[in-house]
Amino acid sequence: MDLQSAKMIGAGLAAIGTGAAAIGVGFVFGSFLQGALRNPAAADGQQGRLFLGFALAELLGLMAFTIALLILFVF
Amino acid sequence: MSGKIDPMHQFTVEPLVPLHIGSYDISLTNSAAWMLATLAIIGVFMWGGMKRQVIPGRWQVAAEGVIGFIDDLVKVNIGPEGKKFTPFLFSLFTFILVANFLGLLPLAIVPGWHTFTSTSHFSITGLLAIMSFSLVLIIGFWRHGFHFFSLFVPAGTPWYMLPLIVPIEIVSFLVRPFSLALRLFVAMMSGHILMEVFGSFIANGFGSGSAVGFGVGIVSFIFVVGVGMLELLICALQAYVFALLTSLYLNDAINLH
Repeated sequence: MDLQSAKMIGAGLAAIGTGAAAIGVGFVFGSFLQGALRNPAAADGQQGRLFLGFALAELLGLMAFTIALLILFVF
Repeated sequence: MSGKIDPMHQFTVEPLVPLHIGSYDISLTNSAAWMLATLAIIGVFMWGGMKRQVIPGRWQVAAEGVIGFIDDLVKVNIGPEGKKFTPFLFSLFTFILVANFLGLLPLAIVPGWHTFTSTSHFSITGLLAIMSFSLVLIIGFWRHGFHFFSLFVPAGTPWYMLPLIVPIEIVSFLVRPFSLALRLFVAMMSGHILMEVFGSFIANGFGSGSAVGFGVGIVSFIFVVGVGMLELLICALQAYVFALLTSLYLNDAINLH
């Protein structure tokens, strides 16, 4: 296998991480909805934490995407 | 006609007004021009919104809405002591928000023009992150002195856990500026790459003249409309998340446990 094809395969493997982050983000919003529908009165006060959890989960997917881009365009 | 798809071209920084002092290149680039446009829009928005009328017009209500949003964010996350950081967080939020939205303008209809998202470059978001991180450091050391290092020891940690907890907390503290900058930069860049790639699919699909190409173009067009709406949401969300995380970090520095 030459370097070019190895790079492409590596970038594709790195992109799997974004799918994992999608699962994480889905968990965050799903769990929030579960809690919020049981106690709607308390839901509005927790929106900051909702977006904090979203941001932290999303960051890891973005990092996987960055790795894919680094493999493709930098090395 | 099938043009080669080059999604990274939109991020090129080009000099608009070449300017050299000595061996330094301080040309006015398209990045700088779009940041100036961002500042101008914020300036006009605030100039129109700060007339201080007793009965506010639409414009003033809009400006008060944005200010009230950030004010609430600060009140909830920092408390009464955070009031003096409202202007800083407001500037961060509006700058990122307007810069993100400016990058989505369909200006490329005019030949030779194309929009440039200044927040899709790590140098810009990195600078914003360094600003908020150094503010956290300055405030923390100024208010608490060397007691600020107790940030690395969460309240109620048993002593035998300290060798494990302290390095983790130090790493998580030092990673903060990178995560702040990386999140905004990658979110902006990936969205623009996605739109560029599927936009090229539309152009190449319709341009190919075959039935399959036409079908691909239709599907891509529907997809791009969806992604465009998602991008509008992401633009606002990333600006909000940046302001939210900065306020949480400031809260750590101000209300040390």
